[in-house]
Amino acid sequence: MILQENLEKFGIPYEVNGMGEVFIDGELSPRQYGKLEASLRKYGIEFIDDHKETLVQQIKEVIMELVYMNEKLPDSRISSYIAREMNLSYSYISRVFSEATHTSIQNYLIIQRIERAKQLIVDEKLTFTEVAWKMNYSSVAHLSYQFKKTTGLTPTVFQRIIEKRENRYSASTKLNCRINRLKNCRSSRENTG
Amino acid sequence: MNNDALHILLAEKEGISGFAFKEAMKAVKLKNVLNCVNNDDQLTEYLNNDLEKPPDILFLDLDLPFRGGFECLNEIRTNNRLKNMIIGVFSNKRSDETIEEAFVKGANIFINKPDNPFDLKDALAQVFNIFWQYHTSGLKKEIFLLNINPD
Repeated sequence: MILQENLEKFGIPYEVNGMGEVFIDGELSPRQYGKLEASLRKYGIEFIDDHKETLVQQIKEVIMELVYMNEKLPDSRISSYIAREMNLSYSYISRVFSEATHTSIQNYLIIQRIERAKQLIVDEKLTFTEVAWKMNYSSVAHLSYQFKKTTGLTPTVFQRIIEKRENRYSASTKLNCRINRLKNCRSSRENTG
Repeated sequence: MNNDALHILLAEKEGISGFAFKEAMKAVKLKNVLNCVNNDDQLTEYLNNDLEKPPDILFLDLDLPFRGGFECLNEIRTNNRLKNMIIGVFSNKRSDETIEEAFVKGANIFINKPDNPFDLKDALAQVFNIFWQYHTSGLKKEIFLLNINPD
């Protein structure tokens, strides 16, 4: 049996029950898991379980750390950084990630960085210069370029849209307040009258 | 991973872009349910059905009969139940004013509708790839703005 041969090859303890089901004793380390999976793939055997989901979650956490540390690493260093943090080969990590999330690690990182830039603009009201500086972009032009490429909008247009939305919202709340006040006025007049 | 199918609603006269949507969904390999409505009355009825969860994402043609997309957009964004629904607007009007108005009125995505269904398919595939990250990573919907211009 291919599975048994492979488990033995990687020194993974297992048991087989009467139904032909294989039980692995204890947990596999990510390393063992990666090797076993790569080896079984040659026979057309695919793993289906929660492990990949956990792995993808861990990759996302490493990426978020990068984004919130405001570290801007060159492309070549991102792969080695993530591989080192995860203690797995980058080719394995990036394949699992793309299969599960429908995007590449590079792309995900860019989306998250721009997301962070948007939050800094909207929530913390930072200027574009401050955002570029805080997030370690080489210049405002570079931030604007990546912003436009990712969202289809320049940071200036983005900011204007959010401001107009907020104004619309506060205008409609004010209007509602006035209508309510008028109603209250009228009803108290009716009550007293 | 979210294994539930993505619930998509297409609001467009005669659903002419349905083909491009189906092809785009095949390309990005997302499990989905696609429904179509052809005018504003059908749209209102569909969205106000309390028995059904609102769609995850609505694609709204700005030229939707009878009152047009902007009017529908206004109506949807004042409805608390539909507040979290992602709205993609598409149109062949490509002026900056139209695009900005759509976003200000509450659209999350603006797609400049190309004439060729294959270009539309590519644009939609791009939209779904990014939308998926929002859907699965809990990103803030209030600041999710995406402008897709395939030309």
